[in-house]
Amino acid sequence: MCLAVPGKVLEIDGDTARVDFGGITREANVVLVPEAVVDNYVLVHAGFAIQVLNEAEAEETLSLFRELAESLDDEAKRGTG
Amino acid sequence: MIDRETLSSEAAAHALVERIEALVTEPVALMEVCGTHTVAISRFGLRSMLPPDLRLLSGPGCPVCVTPLVEIDRAIAVARTPGVIVTTFGDMMRVPGSGSSLEAERAEGADVRILYSPLEALGIAESEPASEVVFLGVGFETTSPTIAASVVAADKRGITNFSVLPFFKTVPAALDMLAALPGRALDGFICPGHVSAIIGADAYEPVARDRNMPCVVIGFEPLDILGGLVMLLEQVRAIKDEGAHARVENQYSRAVTPEGNTAAQALLADVFEECDAEWREIGMIPGSGYGFSERYRSFDTRQRLAVNVPPPAGPTGCICGEIMLGLKLPTDCPLFAGRCTPRDPVGPCMVSTEGSCAAFYKYDRNDSCGS
Ligand code: SF4
Repeated sequence: MCLAVPGKVLEIDGDTARVDFGGITREANVVLVPEAVVDNYVLVHAGFAIQVLNEAEAEETLSLFRELAESLDDEAKRGTG
Repeated sequence: MIDRETLSSEAAAHALVERIEALVTEPVALMEVCGTHTVAISRFGLRSMLPPDLRLLSGPGCPVCVTPLVEIDRAIAVARTPGVIVTTFGDMMRVPGSGSSLEAERAEGADVRILYSPLEALGIAESEPASEVVFLGVGFETTSPTIAASVVAADKRGITNFSVLPFFKTVPAALDMLAALPGRALDGFICPGHVSAIIGADAYEPVARDRNMPCVVIGFEPLDILGGLVMLLEQVRAIKDEGAHARVENQYSRAVTPEGNTAAQALLADVFEECDAEWREIGMIPGSGYGFSERYRSFDTRQRLAVNVPPPAGPTGCICGEIMLGLKLPTDCPLFAGRCTPRDPVGPCMVSTEGSCAAFYKYDRNDSCGS
């Protein structure tokens, strides 16, 4: 029920944005995220953008996971994994 | 930016599972209080990857499951009222009331429509001015701002034939109740990611501080969940070994800030006011719901339509309450997968796709039953 899907803001016209979800475009209301601008990624729930995603934080999480994956690869290569 | 390949990298998952195994040296019970987490944990098969001493319990994280029977009966009574169009998210349709469901009422001719967004109800109200359009206001803090925004929009557009039946619930008060249970069997909370996007990670500070309960806000991809479990288990370990105090941590920082979405919070404060709320099979939790503020009270369906709701008659033998309190698993219910299935559900946890019994039935049944 609390599922929210990330998408990229293509255009904002008043309270309504056009949001791209990996090739599918839908409208989302943006009254809950007045700070949103074009090219932001937003989380959309029940027709409303509920939060702007923080790209720097997203990148940090991803690089943490990449490091983890690599550390395991290294261990495996050294034969200690 | 959301690189899903990395978020489900198998090598990283292995590394995290190894850490989890090293951290779980005695029984630990962690509870998720978000139906989306319940489904994600089951769908990705995470339980089977984790050490048996780590129990992941499903709390009262499905807003449909915790809507009291009498309120389901009220929604059904409203749907039976001539001239009323009931609009709702799809999950409410099959929840059994005392003797019927919204789906059964629709088959009998009631006008019940499933919407993706509460905003769509406004369009229906404008194009059918002779009807009274009622939206079923089910949801936690992820959803309630979208309904509050729709009410404000209705007010601005001068729509007077639209109202909301408020069944809203709020999460922190429920967590506090669970953390304060006598003989508590929980070691930490997997805090709901999208509720937290609205209320902010700081909202759990009182539970962490006053109840010494580790709280970690976690995202919904497999690695988010595994990474968040590591954070929780490290806290549990530090509390046991070093007498550390519980903290709030935020694994899902790409979507959740400490303070949350302040625009949404301001809207909630304008349209609603906090009230005590009854949680199905759990009971009254003080300050865990929203009613309408005085300014917007005319949008409360209960102010506009008087319906007669007879005393509810609930299912017997259902242990949803104990499951949502973290005391039992769905497989402990004697009706699970026999008398009670998603096709013919007895309790609400089997109806909603996010209910713990439905998630267990769909994904974990074979493992858990050992068959
Ligand atoms: S299996 Fe059915 S009857 Fe048993 S607790 Fe779950 S919903 Fe209730």
